[in-house]
Amino acid sequence: MPRRLLIALLSLILTAPALLAQPPQQNEYVPIDQLPPQEAMPAAPLLIGAYIVVWLGLMGYLFWIWRRIARVEADMQALQRRTTGSPR
Amino acid sequence: MRKAFIPLLVVATAMFAYAPIFIANAPYESTMLLIQKVMYFHAPSGMVMLISGVISGVASALFLFRKSRAADHVALAAAELTAVYGVIVLLSGPLWARKAWGVWWVWDARLTMAFVGWLIALAYLVVRKYGGPGSEKLAAGLALFGAANVPFIYLSVNIWRTIHPQTTVAPTLPAGMREPFWFCVAAFFLLYSLLMTTRVRLERQRATLDDLYLAAED
Repeated sequence: MPRRLLIALLSLILTAPALLAQPPQQNEYVPIDQLPPQEAMPAAPLLIGAYIVVWLGLMGYLFWIWRRIARVEADMQALQRRTTGSPR
Repeated sequence: MRKAFIPLLVVATAMFAYAPIFIANAPYESTMLLIQKVMYFHAPSGMVMLISGVISGVASALFLFRKSRAADHVALAAAELTAVYGVIVLLSGPLWARKAWGVWWVWDARLTMAFVGWLIALAYLVVRKYGGPGSEKLAAGLALFGAANVPFIYLSVNIWRTIHPQTTVAPTLPAGMREPFWFCVAAFFLLYSLLMTTRVRLERQRATLDDLYLAAED
């Protein structure tokens, strides 16, 4: 009998950390505007941020390609002028 | 393609302009609510990134084994676009994860492999830029590994236990979410094909310029 009591007591002690780690039970309703900051984080800035990343990324890249094409075309024209203008 | 380029660019721009309205009218997902709408841009960007990685790998194989210069231009353009879309995927994903998971980043299989795929594309570009003569062959080898990584990125959510949504989500989207999603996929692929065309053209012009310089020196 004392052995069984000891096992029961030991089991209770071992489960204590798990029991203590349980989230507190809800005993009242919390209005949405009173949520803790980490749970009340608004989604809209993150969503808008994601769309801005996509838009800026793609438009910026397109602009960058066009600039590089313009530079290569300018180099080609300069080379053409040099080769046709130089004395043979 | 040259004649169709401007009209197609106008169509792509119009699609991107209309997409937010289409997405705003889509129903909210029951657990994630508003933040789930990041998916309409994030997932198509991911699809384009993976396809671009495969194109770069296949073109690199053609360059290595058939010595095709045109394939090398395609491989370089696709690798650069993989890196660009990779940035979009790796930035838009954490913006969604912060709200949906409570953290910006976790080292789970899908995220880690996508990050590795992006690093391979970056490595390709760095080797091409700073590797010196003959670096295009070394870079082509990297692109092959990048393409081999793509199926693992795609299937990682089904093979391993990850917290990222599975590949079954997109094909089983309910009506109302399905239409804006596939509309965005079409817009992303249209813009990708236009960017690819422009980037390949740039590479072809650079090659021509190099040839002209060599001819002028001779």
